[in-house]
Amino acid sequence: MTQAIERPGADAPVVNRPQKANRPWIVEFASSAVGKKWIMALSGLGLIGFVIAHAFGNLKMYFGPEDFDHYAESLRTLFYPIIPRTWTLWGMRIGLVVLFVAHIGSAISLTRMNQHARPTKYASPRSYIAANFASRTMRWTGIIVALYLVFHLADLTWGFANPDFVRGDAYDNLVASFERVPVAIIYIVSNIALGIHLFHGAWSMFQSMGINSPRYNGARRAIAAGVAGAITIVNVSFPLAVLFGIVG
Amino acid sequence: MTLTLDPQIPEGPLEDKWDNHKFDLKLVAPNNRRRFEVIVVGTGLAGAAAAATLGELGYNVKVFTYHDSPRRAHSIAAQGGINSAKNYRNDGDSVFRLFYDTIKGGDYRSREANVYRLAQVSLNIIDQCAAQGVPFAREYGGLLDNRSFGGAQVARTFYARGQTGQQLLLGAYQALARQIHLGTVELHNRTEMLDVVVKDGRAVGITTRDLLTGELESHSGHAVLLCTGGYGNVYYLSTNAMACNVTATWRAHRKGAGFANPCYTQIHPTCIPPSDETQSKLTLMSESLRNDGRIWVPKGYEDNRAASEIPEGERDYYLERKYPSFGNLVPRDVASRNAKTVVDEGRGVGPLHNGVYLDFAHAIERHGRSTIEERYGNLFDMYERITGENPYETPMRIYPATHYTMGGLWVDYNLQTTIPGLFALGEANFSDHGANRLGASALMQGLSDGYFVGPSTVAGYLAGWLGTEAVPTDDPAFSESLDETRGRIDSLMNVNGTSSVDHYHRELGKIVWDYCGMSRNEAGLKKALSEIPALREQFWSDVRVPGRADGVNQSLENALRVADFMELAELKVRDALHREESCGGHFREESQTEEGEAKRDDENFSYVAAWEWGGEDIQNDAVLNKEPLSFERVELTQRSYK
Amino acid sequence: MNVLKLTLEVWRQDGPDAAGGFETYAVEIPDDASFLEMLDKVNEELFRAGKEPITFDHDCREGICGTCGVMIDGQAHGPQKGTATCQLHMRQFRSGQTIKIEPWRAAGFPVVKDLMVNRAAFDRIVESGGYITVTTGAAPDANEIPVPKDASDSAMDAAACIGCGACVAACPNSAANLFTAAKMQHLNLLPQGQAERWSRSEAMVEKMEEFFGSCTNHGECQEACPKEISIDFIAMMNRDYAKAKLVNRRRLGERKVG
Repeated sequence: MTQAIERPGADAPVVNRPQKANRPWIVEFASSAVGKKWIMALSGLGLIGFVIAHAFGNLKMYFGPEDFDHYAESLRTLFYPIIPRTWTLWGMRIGLVVLFVAHIGSAISLTRMNQHARPTKYASPRSYIAANFASRTMRWTGIIVALYLVFHLADLTWGFANPDFVRGDAYDNLVASFERVPVAIIYIVSNIALGIHLFHGAWSMFQSMGINSPRYNGARRAIAAGVAGAITIVNVSFPLAVLFGIVG
Repeated sequence: MTLTLDPQIPEGPLEDKWDNHKFDLKLVAPNNRRRFEVIVVGTGLAGAAAAATLGELGYNVKVFTYHDSPRRAHSIAAQGGINSAKNYRNDGDSVFRLFYDTIKGGDYRSREANVYRLAQVSLNIIDQCAAQGVPFAREYGGLLDNRSFGGAQVARTFYARGQTGQQLLLGAYQALARQIHLGTVELHNRTEMLDVVVKDGRAVGITTRDLLTGELESHSGHAVLLCTGGYGNVYYLSTNAMACNVTATWRAHRKGAGFANPCYTQIHPTCIPPSDETQSKLTLMSESLRNDGRIWVPKGYEDNRAASEIPEGERDYYLERKYPSFGNLVPRDVASRNAKTVVDEGRGVGPLHNGVYLDFAHAIERHGRSTIEERYGNLFDMYERITGENPYETPMRIYPATHYTMGGLWVDYNLQTTIPGLFALGEANFSDHGANRLGASALMQGLSDGYFVGPSTVAGYLAGWLGTEAVPTDDPAFSESLDETRGRIDSLMNVNGTSSVDHYHRELGKIVWDYCGMSRNEAGLKKALSEIPALREQFWSDVRVPGRADGVNQSLENALRVADFMELAELKVRDALHREESCGGHFREESQTEEGEAKRDDENFSYVAAWEWGGEDIQNDAVLNKEPLSFERVELTQRSYK
Repeated sequence: MNVLKLTLEVWRQDGPDAAGGFETYAVEIPDDASFLEMLDKVNEELFRAGKEPITFDHDCREGICGTCGVMIDGQAHGPQKGTATCQLHMRQFRSGQTIKIEPWRAAGFPVVKDLMVNRAAFDRIVESGGYITVTTGAAPDANEIPVPKDASDSAMDAAACIGCGACVAACPNSAANLFTAAKMQHLNLLPQGQAERWSRSEAMVEKMEEFFGSCTNHGECQEACPKEISIDFIAMMNRDYAKAKLVNRRRLGERKVG
C-alpha cells in the first residue's frame, strides 16, 4: 500500500513491502520478484520437460492398443524391480505437483504485485508494439491449462468424468473420451492455449534466467516457437485422430 | 569603486601557486567537519561534484535543485567532450599548453593563476571520472581514446560518444547519490533558491521556494555555494534548457556580490535555425560537422530557389573566400559573425531566410555516403527528426545561437564572491574562460571547481568559523529575506495584467539578441538601454500569472526568473556599452581591424569589469569596479585566422 | 509547412489527491513545431481564455535530460521510435486527428499535477547502490585500468539511459527493470564496478521492487525507450541477482562482525 507522503510529489511512495533483513538467502531470493521469475522459469522448464515426455509417450497411440497399454503399464513399473512398482510414478507425480505449486504460486504472487503497481489504468487504448497476444494472455492461458489439467485427470486418471472409464484400460478410455465431440473440443482448445502459453513461456524462461548471448539470442525465439508448435500439433492430433476414425 | 576586488592570487611561480595555496589554506580536522553546515545550490557538474565531495569529507551538506532529480541539470546536454592535458597521445600536450591555449582562446581576458590551476587539475578529473565508471571512448587495447577540438593543435579531448556531459554528470550524480544514501547530504529536489541571506556582510543561508507546495523556507549554513550555471536564456532562444536562469546569481548580486563581465556570451555557430514563432529553444548540432561540411549562401539576395537549383557559380562559400587558410574551421565567434553578416545582407536561406547552408554534397562525393553516415549518422538523424529534411540530399541549414556565458559572479582565487561565505562554482562564476570559451572546456571547469578547488578553498573559509553555530533561521536576517521574497511573489501574482510571462521573455530576448548579440555597436546598445527598462516597467504592470502561489505553478516559477532576466539584461548591455573594444565573444563594430576582425584594446580594457549593485536604475546606478589583469607568462597577441 | 488542426484530450488533475479527468482542446499548429511547442501553444490559448495552463515536466528539449514524457495515444513518448516527447515533431500526426495525452501511470510514479509525475523512486534505486565507491582524489591514473572496448561500448549503451520513466510507463506491469538493469549493468560491465558488483545487484533489485511491478518479458520497455536500450540488460541483471544471492556470502575464514 502507498505510504502517507509528507511532501506530496517529492518522496517515493513505497508500493510493496521491503525485504526483511537477515533471512536465509534462499528465502530472500524466493521472496524477490526477480527470484520468483527464476522459480517460474525453472519450474516451467521442468513442466515443459514433462509435457514433451507426455506427448512423446502418447504417440504410442498410433501403434495400436497393445503398444499403448504396454507403455501405460511401463510407467507404473519404471525402475522395477529396483524400486517397488508405482513408486517411481508416484515420485514423479509428487515432483510435478511441487512444480505446479511453485509455478502457479509465483504467478499469483507476481500478478498481485503487478496489480498493485498500476492502480490506475490508462484511459486510452494501449497500442502495444512488442507485447504480443501470447505474452499478454499468459495469465488466461495459464488458468485454462490449469483447469484443463484437473479435467484431464478426472477424465483419464481418476475416471469420474468419463462414464466408460475402466481402470487400467488406457487405450479404450482414451478413445471413449475423445469420441465425445465436446470433450474433444475441450482438449483441442486447451492444447492450443498450452501452445500459446509455451510460445511466450519458453522464450521468457531464457530471459528470466539471464541466458542471453549475442551468439544464440536469435535461436531463443526459434526454440520457443518450435517447442510450442510441436507440442501443440502432437497433442491436438490425438483427439482429431479419434474423431476422424484414424485411431479407434 | 567600493568593492574590494582582491583576487587572492597566491605567491610563487605559476606552477607552484596551487600547491602553495593548498598548504597555506587552513584545514578543518575530520572530527570537526560535521560541525559545519554547507549549502550547495544546483546539481550540475559543479554542484553535484562539490556536494558529493564535501559530503565525503564529512561536512553536513544540503543540496538544492529545482528539478525532480539532481541528474537533470543542463550539464547533461554537453555533447563534445572534456579537455585534459594527459598527453596520452604523445603529441606535445602539457599542462602549460592547455593553460596557454585557454588563455589565448579567451582572448586574454582571464586570470592567469586560475587558468593554470584549471589545466593542472584537468589531470585529476579524468582519473576521477574513469574510476567512477564514466564510459569514456576506448581504443582496442582498452586505453582511453582522444579526439581533437577547435582552438587546439593537440588531441586532448576525452569523450563518451556524443553524450560526454551526460556521462560526466551521471558520474557526479552517482557519487552524490552515495552520499545521500549515507546521510551526509540532504537532497532538496523541486526546490528553487530565491534569495541569499546575508548577515553582517557574510552569507549565512538561503531562502527557497518549495515548487510543489509553494512554501517559502529558510536554510542556514556556514557557507553557501552557488553552482547555478549561466544566463544564456536572457536571449529567450538559446541552446540552454528551458528552466536555466540567472535568479540565484542575480539575487546574490543584489545582495552585494560583484557581477563580472556580463557582456561575454558565446554564440555557437552550428545550431538549427528557428522555424516559426512557436519555437521554444534552439538545438545545437555538433561543431564537428564543420570538418566535412561546406558553408555557403547564394550570391544573390532573397534567393528563393531550392539549394539544388542554385548553380555552383552562384554560390558564395564565404568562409573559404575570406579565410583561405582556416576556411570552414575558423573559431566559433568568427564563424558566427560571418553567418550573421550574410543573413543581415538578405542572403539567408530557408523559408525565413534565417540560416546558411552547411553542405555535405562534396564530402559525400569524396568519401562516399557510408563514411559520412558513420561519422555523423546520429546527428543527421537528429536533424531530420527536427526539420523533416534529409541532410544527405539537401544541405543542412544552420545559424548561430547563444550557448554559454563566460561572465558570472566575480570570484577570487578561492572561488569566493565579494560576499564572504558565498562561493560561485562552474559557469556561475566568471573566472576561467575570459571573453571566449574553447570547446570541451566547460565540463573541465565545472568538475575542477566542484571536485577539487571548491572543497579545498571552502574548508579554508570554514576553518575560521570553528566553534560558531550556523545562524539560526529565526534570525531577523532570514525573516527579512522571507518577507522580501514573499513580497516579490505577491506583487507578481497581483499584477493581474494581460500578457503572459513568455510574451515578455520573448520581447526581452529580441532586444538583447538584436542589440547585444553577435555584434554590438554604441547606437544599438543605447537603444537597448532605453528599451529594456521600459519593457521591465511594462512587465511589472501588465504581466498576468495564472493559478495560485501555494502549489505547483510553472508560470510563477517562470515569472520570477524572467523578472531577474529583465534586470540582468540591462546590466549586460551596460557592460557591453562600456567595453569599447572587441574581444572573444564581445564584438564591438567600432573596434575592428581593416579586414573586419575583432580588435582588442589591451591598454584600456585589460581588466575584469565587476559590477556592483547600486539600485533599481541599473544602467545609472550600477558601479563599475575593475580588477586589472596582468600577464606574466603569456604574451598578448592579436588573433588571426587568415 | 502545413498547419495541422488537432483535437486534444488532455488529462487534468489539480493535485496528487485530487480526482482527474480529460479535457478537450482544439489546436492549430504548424507541422514543424515540436510536440511540447504544441502544448505551449495550447497553454498560450488557455492563458488568453483566462484558464490555468497545463502543467507538464520538460527542460532541455533536446532529448537528453529525461524530464519530459507523456503517454500519447497509449504510447510512451508517442509514435516515433527512439524519440523523447520533446524531440517528437508534429509532422508525425495528421490534420483532423484526436490525440489523447495522459501522464505516466504507475503506483511508483504518483501524479503531481496534470501531466507531471513524481519519479523520486528512480533516485532511491540509484542511491541504494548505483554507484562506484571512489572518494574524490582516491582514483588511480585513468589508464591504469584498461577496459576492453566491447565492455566499454556495452556499458555506454546501458549508460545512455536518461531516466525518463518511459519503460515503467510502457510496461503493462509498471516494472522498472529496464531502468534498474541499465543503471546496474553500466557499472557491472566495467572492471571498475566489480568490487561492489554483487552487493549492488542485490541492493538495487530489492529497492526497485519496493516501488514497481515485476518484469514479465513483454519487451514493451525497449520499444518505448527513447535511447533504445536493450532488454538484454534485464537478462544480465537477472543473472547477476541470482549469482549475488549465491556468491555474495561471507568468505571462508572471515569473522562475522556484529
